[in-house]
Amino acid sequence: MARQRLSYAGVAVAVPVTVPYVRYSTHSAHWFIGHAIDALVKASGVGKDQIDGLCLSSFSLAPDTAVGVTQHMGLSPRWLDHVPTGGASGVMCLRRAARAVQSGDADVVACVAADTNHIDSFRQTLGSFSNFARDATYPYGSGGPNSIFAFITANYMRSFGAKREDFGRIAVDQRSNALKNPNAMFKKPLTLDEYMAARPISDPIHLFDCVMPCAGAEAFLVMSQERARELGLPHAVIRGAIERHNAYSEDPVMVRGGWRVDRDDLYAQAGVRSADIDFVQTYDDYPVIAMMQFEDLGFCEKGEGPAFVRSHSLTCDGSFPSNTSGGQLSAGQAGAAGGFLGMTETLRQLTDTAGSRAVAHAHLGLVAGFGMVTYDRCLCTGAVILGRPA
Amino acid sequence: MTMPMMHPKRKNPVLRTQQMNLPPGARGRVALGITTAAAEGRFELQTCADCGAVQYPPRETCHKCLSPRLNWREQGGEGLLLGSTTLHHSNDLFFRERLPWQLGLVHLDAGPTVMVHLHGEVGAAPARVRVGARLDRAGQAVLIGFPNEGSAHMADDKMLREMTSDPKFRKVLVTDGKTEVGQAIVRALVKAGADIVWVGHAEPWKKMGGLDDISALPQVTLVPLDLTNGRSVTELAGAIGGKVDIVINNAEVHRNFGIASRRGTDVAKAEMDINYFGLLRLAQEFGPALKGRSADGATNATAWVNLLSIYALSNFPPHGTFSASKAAAHSLAQCLRAEMRPAGIRVINLFPGPIDDEWNQQMPPPKLAPATLASAIVKALRDGVEDIYPGDVAEEWLERWRDNPKVLERELAHGGG
Amino acid sequence: MTPTTNSELMSTAAILGGLVQALASNRIRVIDLTQTLTPEFPQIALPPEMGQCWPFRIEEVSKYDERGPSWYWNNFSCGEHTGTHFDAPIHWISGRNLANNSVDTIPVQHFVAPACVIDCTSEASANPDYLLTIADIERHEANHGRIPKGAWALMRTDWSKRHDPEAYQNFDETGQHTPGPGTEAVRFLVEQREVLGFGSEAIGTDAGQGYHLRPPYPCHYYMHGAGRYGLQCLTNLDLLPPTGAVLICPPLKIEKGSGSPLRVLALVGQDT
Repeated sequence: MARQRLSYAGVAVAVPVTVPYVRYSTHSAHWFIGHAIDALVKASGVGKDQIDGLCLSSFSLAPDTAVGVTQHMGLSPRWLDHVPTGGASGVMCLRRAARAVQSGDADVVACVAADTNHIDSFRQTLGSFSNFARDATYPYGSGGPNSIFAFITANYMRSFGAKREDFGRIAVDQRSNALKNPNAMFKKPLTLDEYMAARPISDPIHLFDCVMPCAGAEAFLVMSQERARELGLPHAVIRGAIERHNAYSEDPVMVRGGWRVDRDDLYAQAGVRSADIDFVQTYDDYPVIAMMQFEDLGFCEKGEGPAFVRSHSLTCDGSFPSNTSGGQLSAGQAGAAGGFLGMTETLRQLTDTAGSRAVAHAHLGLVAGFGMVTYDRCLCTGAVILGRPA
Repeated sequence: MTMPMMHPKRKNPVLRTQQMNLPPGARGRVALGITTAAAEGRFELQTCADCGAVQYPPRETCHKCLSPRLNWREQGGEGLLLGSTTLHHSNDLFFRERLPWQLGLVHLDAGPTVMVHLHGEVGAAPARVRVGARLDRAGQAVLIGFPNEGSAHMADDKMLREMTSDPKFRKVLVTDGKTEVGQAIVRALVKAGADIVWVGHAEPWKKMGGLDDISALPQVTLVPLDLTNGRSVTELAGAIGGKVDIVINNAEVHRNFGIASRRGTDVAKAEMDINYFGLLRLAQEFGPALKGRSADGATNATAWVNLLSIYALSNFPPHGTFSASKAAAHSLAQCLRAEMRPAGIRVINLFPGPIDDEWNQQMPPPKLAPATLASAIVKALRDGVEDIYPGDVAEEWLERWRDNPKVLERELAHGGG
Repeated sequence: MTPTTNSELMSTAAILGGLVQALASNRIRVIDLTQTLTPEFPQIALPPEMGQCWPFRIEEVSKYDERGPSWYWNNFSCGEHTGTHFDAPIHWISGRNLANNSVDTIPVQHFVAPACVIDCTSEASANPDYLLTIADIERHEANHGRIPKGAWALMRTDWSKRHDPEAYQNFDETGQHTPGPGTEAVRFLVEQREVLGFGSEAIGTDAGQGYHLRPPYPCHYYMHGAGRYGLQCLTNLDLLPPTGAVLICPPLKIEKGSGSPLRVLALVGQDT
């Protein structure tokens, strides 16, 4: 019997900031981190010297880590973490920052994910992404996770009868969400016909199944609710949070993610059922993964993903609002910031700053993370349920 | 079915010769275990000595029981294709230039799931496949999914031809046509479909048997080539260097002397002059042109074969100076391999045991028939391996050498066996 | 030693002066009897289990390049019996115990000596295994006078005009087929004419099939056994008069050398 865990009560998540994405930048990741922290300071009224915790996620800092960033930015935090979980870093930075605040190790933690994107830096990142990628996938020319997710998608399609159109629905609805997001890279509508007619990249993965690498940053602050109230900061609270690494490693090909292991725990922490969730931000590096999250987070059963997307609209005003920012598929993937995208968007939804993307009566949002394809699947999964403060 | 490869058209001389962009060649040290086995034509994976788990990608510790006792064990490679994909896009230049390119994900019966280059004859998933390891153009191991039963032309698969050095339609230089070995190599190459075989002919006034037979073959052209004469090598490289796709350096001097059994150094020098310096001269003159054409169409320059000797690994005192010259050649061949690798040219080293020729007349059988050696070369080219040890004697020496080089040294000091 | 008189001194000065004048005015021509040393020029071929003569090999040391910015030079290697070369008596077992039998000790005046050219062109062209006979020598002497003591006997065959190494070596499965002297002719030249040595255009002073003569390689055996010399791989013998030419052929001064590649020059008078 597991020991009763400490709840996340009393922790506020506030001040979502986005450093606008650009396709390529000549700046280093530090430039984007600097802008993100500057935006946090300006939007919160918290002085730079009052930020006493920093939780960072970035792929393009090398040879620096969060340590070098403190000197670069003139910060002197008393709590520092560098979270290397990529697409799961939003959830995981939040979990760590929340515990630091609860324990008193830090008062105000800046969670920042930022990456730059130079011409050719994506290719170079892929080649040195992990030992296993270097040894066992990169030499096969897939140029990143495209082929791994092609296998996963093809296997999923064959196993559960999914069709390209089903994935197309996810891409098309997210694009319509993105059109309401001024920060999104994609500004043109996408039709299902256009989705279907796109050129193959690594079939069954086609162009609109892939994210566009870009440069940018996402960030937010974690502090006590008490402090947030003092500062007058609108915020969300953490109702539950889970993470898992290297789950189901015995599955020969990924058909389920680690969310499935811990989802009961997640809903139990929050005291809610999946049906109570008002909107979901999945980690959408490929549509098949978004579909798996619908299943593994309990919105439908395994194999029902295709039917689920056929019977729901995923737009901001739809029956199952999902990736209301447009997601990475339409907003762009700014490296590790892609793992923060669902978090900042959820904070905007729950603090009424989502503008025309606002989901009506949104009280509970679920943010899922999925990160680090070291070999044949992503290893890191996490999820958090955020709600409005009582 | 693989479409049989057709004889490629002549090259348009006004077009720039395509240059080589290698596939990604970086590997961690532990992953080189796969390369090591693939270089000899085997597919090996790490197997835990304690719990028996087979694992991939290679690791420093057993992922099941954390044991560090990981052995490399040969694999049958049988497995189930879980999914396949055709790359239509790649950020990597090598693949970008060769699209479309088929990949697969295979669940090996032995346990792990592996990503493979997929042979064109493998059907849609789920399908039974056989996974093997090959060296790619970067000289590093990659896994390949083969059909369980391949067709007659499966070697012509576009992907597989990139991993191998099939002599079919290629132009080959054999540096010495005067020996039985040389002549057997020439015949084997012609049989394997080589387009042109240039055959080196040193000291043409010395009449040896068999040369007329091979020079009567329509694919064969005798060329003056004396590896002791730098100018001869330079002039031949000038004449045909730009067309040679495969160099097979079989020229050697072999005498049966140790240190005390032959006064002076003339024999040792003659051995070194051909076996070592000959390779050096040849590599300096033919290497650059070969490197420049390593991505030149379907019959690109592809391989360099050295006839070394199992005596290169450990000195066989009755043939002591010969052993030393082959050890020197082996060392230089490693240098050549390193220098050719950036261009994607494979250096294949042969370590045969005693060949059935006049210089091993007094060696007891088993001895390697020249024709057997020749087929081993063609097979090595087709399989894309780096090191081969043809013949029973070579295999046994290798086993002993791997087991304990010092013990082998002692055994050889006492006359072999 | 006989005292040298003034008139004799004057006389030698006049001789040398006259020679210089004659050379300058081309009344005495200098003919080069030497094959060019190239890597392609064949060397004597023995059964492979025996020691071998090195062929001529040459390698650039530098050529106004990074290996030597302002100069060009080569290293070369070869045997004592490579290319146009001189055989000393010590070369053969029959001459091994003679005094002054190596190139460094041979009296230097032997390196300047008259030459008789015995023409066997038509015989050699008809028969590559042609062996010089006493009759050939006598026919030569009948036309051109007796071969003087201390002269070179050169066997002209025009074999050097075979520029293709394969034709020059002329091997088949029974060995080499090149002309040379018969045993009796050698003994005649050594014993009856006391020649300084024997010269040939082929790869050796002995015939290609000389191993099968008695004794094997008679020219080497008898010439060197009697302290006489050999010259082989000569060329341009067709430019020499049957008699009257003077050879200048000093080998390299190699300690205990059995022979040496060398430049062989012939002085030929206009009126000879």
